[in-house]
Amino acid sequence: MAEIRMDDLTKIYDDGTLAVGEFTLTIEDGEFLVLVGPSGCGKSTVLRMIAGLEDITRGEMHIGDNLVNDVTPKDRDIAMVFQNYALYPHMTVRDNMAFGLKLRKTPKDEIRRRVAEAAGILEITDLLDRKPKALSGGQRQRVAMGRAIVREPAAFLMDEPLSNLDAKLRVQMRAELERIHNRLETTTVYVTHDQVEAMTLGDRVAVLRAVSPARPYNLQQVGPPHELFNDPQNLFVAGFIGSPAMNMIYARLEAEGEDVWVVFGDYRLKVDPRTLERHPGLENRTNEELVMGVRPTSMEASVIAGPDPDRTMRITAEVDENLGAEVFVHHTLNLRPVITPDVEELLADAGQTPESLGDTTEFVARISSDVDVTKGEQLDVVIDTRKLFFFDPKSGSRIGARSATAAAG
Amino acid sequence: MTTVATSPPVTAGGPRKGGRVKRWVVPGVLIAVTITWLVPTLGLFITSFKSRAASSQYGWWQVWQGGWTLDNYNEVLFSPSLPPPGFADNFINTIIITIPATILPIAIAAVAAYAFAWLDFPFRNWIFLGVIALLVVPLQVTWVPVLKIFNTLNLTGTFPGIWLAHTGYGLAFAIFLLRNFMADIPNDLIESARIDGAGNVKIFTRIVLPLSLPAIAALAIFQFVWVWNDLMNALIFLQTPDKFPLTVGIRNLLGQYGNEWNLLSAGAFLSMIVPLIVFFALQRYFVRGLTSGAVKG
Ligand SMILES: Nc1ncnc2c1ncn2[C@@H]1O[C@H](COP(=O)(O)OP(=O)(O)OP(=O)(O)O)[C@@H](O)[C@H]1O
Ligand SMILES: [Mg+2]
Repeated sequence: MAEIRMDDLTKIYDDGTLAVGEFTLTIEDGEFLVLVGPSGCGKSTVLRMIAGLEDITRGEMHIGDNLVNDVTPKDRDIAMVFQNYALYPHMTVRDNMAFGLKLRKTPKDEIRRRVAEAAGILEITDLLDRKPKALSGGQRQRVAMGRAIVREPAAFLMDEPLSNLDAKLRVQMRAELERIHNRLETTTVYVTHDQVEAMTLGDRVAVLRAVSPARPYNLQQVGPPHELFNDPQNLFVAGFIGSPAMNMIYARLEAEGEDVWVVFGDYRLKVDPRTLERHPGLENRTNEELVMGVRPTSMEASVIAGPDPDRTMRITAEVDENLGAEVFVHHTLNLRPVITPDVEELLADAGQTPESLGDTTEFVARISSDVDVTKGEQLDVVIDTRKLFFFDPKSGSRIGARSATAAAG
Repeated sequence: MTTVATSPPVTAGGPRKGGRVKRWVVPGVLIAVTITWLVPTLGLFITSFKSRAASSQYGWWQVWQGGWTLDNYNEVLFSPSLPPPGFADNFINTIIITIPATILPIAIAAVAAYAFAWLDFPFRNWIFLGVIALLVVPLQVTWVPVLKIFNTLNLTGTFPGIWLAHTGYGLAFAIFLLRNFMADIPNDLIESARIDGAGNVKIFTRIVLPLSLPAIAALAIFQFVWVWNDLMNALIFLQTPDKFPLTVGIRNLLGQYGNEWNLLSAGAFLSMIVPLIVFFALQRYFVRGLTSGAVKG
């Protein structure tokens, strides 16, 4: 087991692509760190640099106390689980798992013991004599995990290991992964572009984004899941983390005596002092256009929350998605949609273009399913204005955000 | 998936009939080709068990006329009337020539193909292009220069000489075929082995080689049959009668017993047996999708 320390890593591919820049991150011994971000943001590249499958163009990588920049994969003492499992098709499950140990000249008894133990943990003991082609997707995934576990390496590296499974199996294997990590406590670096997976698995989550000429670094923010959720440092992180996504609205602040109000369209909400506290300097940004963010989960129907006219929005339930315990109500605000570079990137990852949004703003509220929602009817929703977010529309940063490097450290 | 799911209503009726015709075209052609090849062979086979009188009196299809005999095989293999070396010696020579001349080029080509497919070295693609270019050089233009080199190296008339010649002639195609096969092995598999602790030698012997068995088996059959049936290279590079292979022996039979079909067919049959055994022994490696189950998606 070991700590993985990356100092100012840069990766430029042979064709000149700058895939990773200014990447500084320390993964603690025993930590489960998740790298998350849209397609092409450099997650796999970082992981492959840790594995030694890609050269490091600049910067330093330490595993434990060793500088490993020039160490080959086989001498780094790491195990990797591939997205497509990469099982050796001509070997039985047992031989697949034992392969790495045999190459390292582990005594036969020890190999047998470790394979049996790992197979037990993963419940694949019955499958040991089968070839990979006689296994289901979920079973192959387990074998791939088993191959990593028997090695008892300094760290596990996993590149979207669950993405080839169907939804149900994915949830099941996610729980399994958590159980295994709690048991083995091996340092794990886990790549996914599924933010739900990231939030449920990670001790800490690092949000990555493709580099651009204006922003030569990938790392947007790293922290425990609740921190990313409650304290996102920019629009990109705010929009990426959370499902359904945070509502983004162009809004203006107005001071009125002691109170601050946020105004957008026909709506006026009283901003709670705690929101002001979380945004140092926000009181100086009145009467200019800002981006307001509010999560669907920071709302409730007024029939449940109780009347609170200063914080209530009357919306029309155009579409409702009933998930049993809660209902997501969709409403259209007659405001132009928020489109910034951050938002455009998020849209692109979701397969959308700014044009597809039209010139209105989509607004989603989560309310209890105890409330009867009728399509087309009006509905009063109370907003928890302690949990509003304000962003600078030009830079995309949270107002009063820690600097980018501080956020990354 | 979607196209499969939506196609039945669109294509119902008409195209299905076309499908039925199509379904018979391929097997039909295959059967025709097989019969065309098999009938003369069958004739040869039957004739080889007939006495001289019977074979000239009846057609081979008159299977039950004239009785059966093993005399032809006895005569061809052990006849004292043939000048030494006899057919049996030719047979042994052929084996001595063919086995190394099959193993050598494939062993060398496998290593080279691994390098071309999976190692990074300067001018890799240009060198591979050079190997492919060698494929178009006609064999005939190489005979004189190679023979000259062999003469100075004292390789003419030796078994190692003909092994080398066949190795050289077989190598370009073998490298070409194996490198393309090996390059199709999923990258993740190789990387996975690297992380598991395998160097190039282990990756080659434990992963790439076993997964390339279908290609190697196909190549082995090609090369084996090619060398087994080779007459020209043997005549040119061996030159000494006591080292001549079966092909030369059969040619001599032809000169000696030009109209004794019963003897010729026995000789021909003897020379066919071993390639047939090799073919049936290796054909179990022609399994499709040996890499299935390795990677998903
Ligand atoms: N071998 C390569 N040569 C050149 N560019 C590459 C290579 N591999 C990746 N890239 C580029 O580097 C960037 C980062 O790629 P990477 O594979 O790390 O993304 P990712 O975050 O893993 O994406 P995904 O979620 O789609 O797997 C992309 O722009 C990609 O096109
Ligand atoms: Mg990737």
